[in-house]
Amino acid sequence: MKIQIRNGRLIDPANGIDRNADLFIARGHIVGVDHAPAGFETSGTLDATGCIVCPGLVDLSARLREPGYEYRATLESEMAAAAAGGVTSLACPPDTDPPLDEPGLVEMLKHRARLPAFAHVYPVGALTLKLAGERLTEMAELAEAGCLAFGQANTAIVDTQVLARAMQYASTFGFPVWLQAQDPFLARMGVAHDGEVATRLGLAGIPVAAETIALATILQLARETGAQIHLTRISSASGLEMIAAARRSGISATCDVAIHHLHLCDHDIAYFNPHARIDPPLRAQADRDALRRGLADGTINALCSDHTPVDDDAKQVPFDEAEPGATGLELLLPLTLKWATEMKLPLAQALARVTCDPAKILGIDAGNLKVGAPADVCVFDPQASFRVSRENLKSQGKNTPFLGLELPGRVKATLIDGHLAYDGSWG
Amino acid sequence: MRNPQLNAKGELQHLLTTEGLPRAILTSILDTAEPFTEVAEREVKKLPLLRGKSVFNLFFENSTRTRTTFEIAAKRLSADVINLNINTSSAAKGESLLDTVDNLAAMQADMFVVRHAASGAPHLIAEHLANTGKDHIHVINAGDGRHAHPTQGLLDMYTIRHYKREFTGLTVAIVGDVLHSRVARSQIHALTTLGVPEIRVIAPKTLLPSCVERLGVRVCHDIHEGLRGVDVVMMLRLQNERMQGALLPSPQEYFKSFGLTPERMALAKPDAIVMHPGPMNRGVEIDSAVADGPHAVILPQVTFGIAVRMAVMAMLAGVK
Repeated sequence: MKIQIRNGRLIDPANGIDRNADLFIARGHIVGVDHAPAGFETSGTLDATGCIVCPGLVDLSARLREPGYEYRATLESEMAAAAAGGVTSLACPPDTDPPLDEPGLVEMLKHRARLPAFAHVYPVGALTLKLAGERLTEMAELAEAGCLAFGQANTAIVDTQVLARAMQYASTFGFPVWLQAQDPFLARMGVAHDGEVATRLGLAGIPVAAETIALATILQLARETGAQIHLTRISSASGLEMIAAARRSGISATCDVAIHHLHLCDHDIAYFNPHARIDPPLRAQADRDALRRGLADGTINALCSDHTPVDDDAKQVPFDEAEPGATGLELLLPLTLKWATEMKLPLAQALARVTCDPAKILGIDAGNLKVGAPADVCVFDPQASFRVSRENLKSQGKNTPFLGLELPGRVKATLIDGHLAYDGSWG
Repeated sequence: MRNPQLNAKGELQHLLTTEGLPRAILTSILDTAEPFTEVAEREVKKLPLLRGKSVFNLFFENSTRTRTTFEIAAKRLSADVINLNINTSSAAKGESLLDTVDNLAAMQADMFVVRHAASGAPHLIAEHLANTGKDHIHVINAGDGRHAHPTQGLLDMYTIRHYKREFTGLTVAIVGDVLHSRVARSQIHALTTLGVPEIRVIAPKTLLPSCVERLGVRVCHDIHEGLRGVDVVMMLRLQNERMQGALLPSPQEYFKSFGLTPERMALAKPDAIVMHPGPMNRGVEIDSAVADGPHAVILPQVTFGIAVRMAVMAMLAGVK
């Protein structure tokens, strides 16, 4: 299959390209920009007039719910959501049931995901058995099965000696360690940011110190062990400052933020909206504003969807009993564009945070459109909009605080390894 | 966003919280309650205002006292009252909150009086009724988690108005476990709406929620400073489980620093009143000499509570 994408505005942040250019694809790879290589015979043409052609999105956190939570989502439903959202590579956290703590589980997931229309799936291996924070997993074996990084999803390792050793062991082999910074004691029973909103609503709070204290521990151990650390889902301005300071002192830690924390704050809980029950909690407006600036200036390396499909039954309960998490794969691109518009950022700079920058954290050849790269491409119409509704979402999870909103940008086509994985009513 | 307890015309549809309740509605509830206090003194303590209506007491959390006062209020208005202690029935069998609500709505309920351990549960029920076309059923919050206990807040306002007439010149102190107290939140919102110029909260830092001053109160950690010159002292109940979780060392030490004693009461205005939502822990938050003393209006609160609950039910049913 040889495809020509014509007349589009090509944005390839990794290579500093933002201009009108045609893209040529053959045998699953990019074979030409502007000009077709010698002997190229088009077997299919996509007319991208008025559209932006960019690398397929790389999402650092998308829960596919397999194995164990198939009643919430399946690989099929979530892969359809990924393709519809222009996401072509994704990392899935290890908090499945059972957790991704042995090679067989990882191999099975990779195998199930090996269909042409499916995004590339990169399971994050469990750092400890059953995510219990006690015994190490067989990381070398898990890496052979396909894990590029190791983490604990939203679970903390309480025992700091285990945490230190897990980091030491992982860094022996150069495996990156992905950790969410939240002190489990300060977060105990908490369901919302510890501030005025939680006080008014009578919800148990999680203070910012839960994040900063855990960060202090992780960053200090990163210095001691030399482990390559990636901090997931930063939620507070103070946390972000600590990461920036740690970097200035020579610790090479990267971090990401979720779409929810980039656009929402605790006031969005309104009258106990269970869709705004997110982990870590949505924090104050000043925190959100700092995260928006931090993502723009690169202090935060990547933006992720933190896609977490939750069934309706688990959300139609009082706020503090609601399962945390929201669906996000199909909102990642629109919410990137919304943020870029509101921050008056060049599109290339904004798209870097969901393409080449997260690809670098995962260590994969993705998120760019240079000749020779895999043909993972997203074509979207920046003038069209996406209305977030239960009907429009392909994900089995319909739970999102953005329900009812009209967001900018509509995906017209998604190519994965040169294969047309999503065709958004192409004209 | 529309206030979920008011209908499109701005009338009271549900009573979920005192926060955001317009002053006119708040005052109107207190005014409506006035004549109902006399009903209790009659030989025949019944009015026909809710005749033929079914009031369901949905108690997902145990409370004999609050449930009883709602039951009496509904019965004095001639309603049929059905009491359901759900923590011992459906919920234990795994039925979800909203399934229970659907079932009871199908039994032609007119009013739900809801007590639940989770903050926001009555909001969820009210929203669900609206989504399922059943918003002719009114919801009264009888206490949800740490969030609100609006009828308690209103009966406290009734009591203050009864003894002090006006709100606009008062200094009010709220003493105790504000962090876990739905009563305190409902009191604070009602007091600020009614124009009380100075509200003080007195408690150790472990029993105050963060940013509490944003609710419009002054924080005092010294009970002597907090009680000086006040017109009204509102005590909160201190639950024994607060000794766990490192919030307080012991009831004795709490009493030593924050207990209401006659000596401390002497700092308040001579005609100050002392209130308590009950049940009291004598010797923990309040000295018996104060609880039974000349400043205490704790038993009248209980009597007024029935009148205020009658007023709320009557207003919701659309009859004044």
